[in-house]
Amino acid sequence: MNATPLLQVKDLRVDFAQGKGKVFQALKGVSLNIHPGETVGLVGESGSGKTTVGRVILGLTEATSGQVIFDEEDITQASRARRRDLGRDIQVVFQDPYGSLNPARTVGDTLAEPLLGDKSLSPTDIQQRISEVLQRVGMPTDTAQRYPGQFSGGQRQRIAIARAVIAKPRLIVCDEPVSALDLSVQAQVLNLLKELQESMGLAMLFISHDLTVVRHVSHRTVVLYRGGIVEQGDAAQVHEHPQHPYTRALLAAAPVPDPLIQRERRTQFEQARQALAAAT
Amino acid sequence: MSALAYNPPSFIRRLLGRPLAVLALLWLLLLFVLSVSAPLCAPIDPLEQDLLALKQLPSAEHWLGTDALGRDVFSRMVHGVSITIAGVIEAVVVASLLGLSLGVSAGYFGGMWDRCVQQYVSLVQSLPTMLIMLAVLAVFGQAMLPAMVTLGVMGSAGVSRVLRSVTLAVREELYIAAARISGLSDAQIIVRHVLPRIAGPVIVQMSLFAAIAVIVQTGISFLGLGVAPPAPTWGSMIFEASASLNDFPWLLVPSGGVVALTVLSFGLLGDSLRDTSTESWSRPAVRQGVKARLAVKPQDLPEGVLLSMRDVSIVTSSGQTQRTLVKGVNFDLKQGETLGIVGESGSGKTLTSLSLMGLLPPGVHVSAGTAVIQGEVIDLSNEKRLTQLRGATVGMIFQEPMAALDPCFTIGHQLAEVIRLHGLRAAQVQAKVIELLEQVKIPNPQDVAQRYPHQISGGMAQRVGIARALASEPKILLADEPTTALDVTVQAEILALLRSLSQSRQMAVVLVTHDWGVVADICDRAMVLRHGQVLESATVVDLFHRPQHPYTQALLAANPHSAQPGEVLPTVDDKLMDITGAAA
Repeated sequence: MNATPLLQVKDLRVDFAQGKGKVFQALKGVSLNIHPGETVGLVGESGSGKTTVGRVILGLTEATSGQVIFDEEDITQASRARRRDLGRDIQVVFQDPYGSLNPARTVGDTLAEPLLGDKSLSPTDIQQRISEVLQRVGMPTDTAQRYPGQFSGGQRQRIAIARAVIAKPRLIVCDEPVSALDLSVQAQVLNLLKELQESMGLAMLFISHDLTVVRHVSHRTVVLYRGGIVEQGDAAQVHEHPQHPYTRALLAAAPVPDPLIQRERRTQFEQARQALAAAT
Repeated sequence: MSALAYNPPSFIRRLLGRPLAVLALLWLLLLFVLSVSAPLCAPIDPLEQDLLALKQLPSAEHWLGTDALGRDVFSRMVHGVSITIAGVIEAVVVASLLGLSLGVSAGYFGGMWDRCVQQYVSLVQSLPTMLIMLAVLAVFGQAMLPAMVTLGVMGSAGVSRVLRSVTLAVREELYIAAARISGLSDAQIIVRHVLPRIAGPVIVQMSLFAAIAVIVQTGISFLGLGVAPPAPTWGSMIFEASASLNDFPWLLVPSGGVVALTVLSFGLLGDSLRDTSTESWSRPAVRQGVKARLAVKPQDLPEGVLLSMRDVSIVTSSGQTQRTLVKGVNFDLKQGETLGIVGESGSGKTLTSLSLMGLLPPGVHVSAGTAVIQGEVIDLSNEKRLTQLRGATVGMIFQEPMAALDPCFTIGHQLAEVIRLHGLRAAQVQAKVIELLEQVKIPNPQDVAQRYPHQISGGMAQRVGIARALASEPKILLADEPTTALDVTVQAEILALLRSLSQSRQMAVVLVTHDWGVVADICDRAMVLRHGQVLESATVVDLFHRPQHPYTQALLAANPHSAQPGEVLPTVDDKLMDITGAAA
């Protein structure tokens, strides 16, 4: 693995004004690194700030303090013009495959968007790239002429992934990419992400509330709790030997698809929950 | 909820399917043709006076008769079309360009610009339009163009307000964020993403504004302003007709009629456009009185069975076609037992549970099947009887706990509402509210009862939802994905609560879910549904350790929990194909 990280997040803080002078601290000093070709899983529950980390990296939310460094360049305060170019390097896959594609535009129009900034591409090149990427994500080539409404949730998520990879980015932020999908479709989408990541050498920030999914796809796991990192390390290490009480509670809370084992785990969860209450 | 496969025909075709819209369009088209070909279709000069034929009724020579000066009414009306149409187009173009740019930019950019636009809009809307137009007419020597442009400017305020709010909603869509990340400029995002989405409201606003413009334009020429009197306009024709209202009322019919029809056409067109653009998500209910057949007798049921569903089929009908969504579902449920209905989206698991509540969505109904609840046979297509059972015998909790609570009332108020239905006195109601909140293990029930739904967490809201269902002491509790929207730690707590409640009250629970972990945690038995059919039904230990159906096996294998991290996950379709291949 390369020594210099592709993305460095340093002591990131984000405050949201709540009116009446009150401030909600969404992130209280988060630092993490992502190396080229590495998948980092970011786990947390609602309100932990996991989505905010992704949004700051994508430039959708402003950081209150701290730095986001991409390829040795500080992009925390990047201008709109710089952000526009960064769109080819940093891409996103959102949770909701229904909201993330404009229903009034054909899939081809949507897929062309990340390539519009590249003036060296002719319309024929763009068409070429679109049919390549559609093939890559396992969609028929006539998809480009059709509208998102004609596809199922899993197919739409494939299209959203195609949009994310069409400009050959170096980093993809995946914000709960499979939690809106059925189990059988989830497996297909996870396999696709994994395959693309390996063949294209992508770095991924995989944001999810589901520890099992994160364990499956990521090399390293970062656990976020109330805006701060409580534990990070090798994915297997974090899952098999969690150190922090919160990580333990989180692991124990996820039900296992086996009624006999699950019966035992209920008591484990109760203990972990009490330990967490004592620790915080 | 299963998404019904529904491929709507194009917008234009659906619009043309509406008779009123077609009539309105035909009338407007006719006006347009008349205005273009006025000299051809009305060859008589509209100014030519025939003093020998004054105030004549329609004849072969004068199709709509003649006026007080012997001029041909039909010809005057036809030559008046172009002035009216031109005026309407001027006003609509100005209103749409100005309203669109102000509204969209204010909604899209927000901030200071939005506030400035809002102030400007309020200012314009507070001015009397007619007075301003009269002033403009006085300044510009009675020309129609500046008057209609002024009308457009005044009208743009209302238009921009509507378009601003539509844009505000579109701005929050994820695809806008995705486009921004892809490097599109604001102008590109507005043209590519915002405008196509708000095209519907724009068209509706414009057609309604056009109707207003016709009336205002007629009003101005009625006053003799805008166009010098001998020239034919609809307004001046109405004025002339009103002068001879007593001795020759016919004159008002063609002039008034043409204005009324045109205004009506624009209005109907606006209505049809609006209905056409919303009908895809608000289709009317389709009801068919199919009698469910009796398939079970209470005495045939095993001992201790509280609820029994027999041969339940649910169908949807749109137009001529009928599709079966759930086919012949059977199950029995004992007191204190929890049954899981497992399946993916579209499997019919939610519909099965809703049929017991009589809460099926519009256009979907039970075509066959009965339920036996506490020994009483109930026809599931009898909604009246199901309504009586709802709450008292069968309670329900929902997937989105927040959405199931009314944001306008406190938690205590919403619980009290349900309790009062059961005839408790006011003093007891409050005590019962606190008791219910204690039962669902809410800390500080006194305090929580006074809070509003937005002041509590999602897990707390689901506890309140459970308390509300318990208020009427149901024998059966339906839980539709009760923990899907919650965090895992909260989910574990809610499941523990449900388990203890079902044991302490001997309540039967039907739990609809797609999560195998939840099934393993709380259910005694589970039923796997796919495409509306029950594939297998067994105790949970059997189901997880000895799944019988290939689909169940494949679905369990697709769970990353049972896979080696980093390996390719077996997907359901591959797995099913392998199995059928091996069998053949």
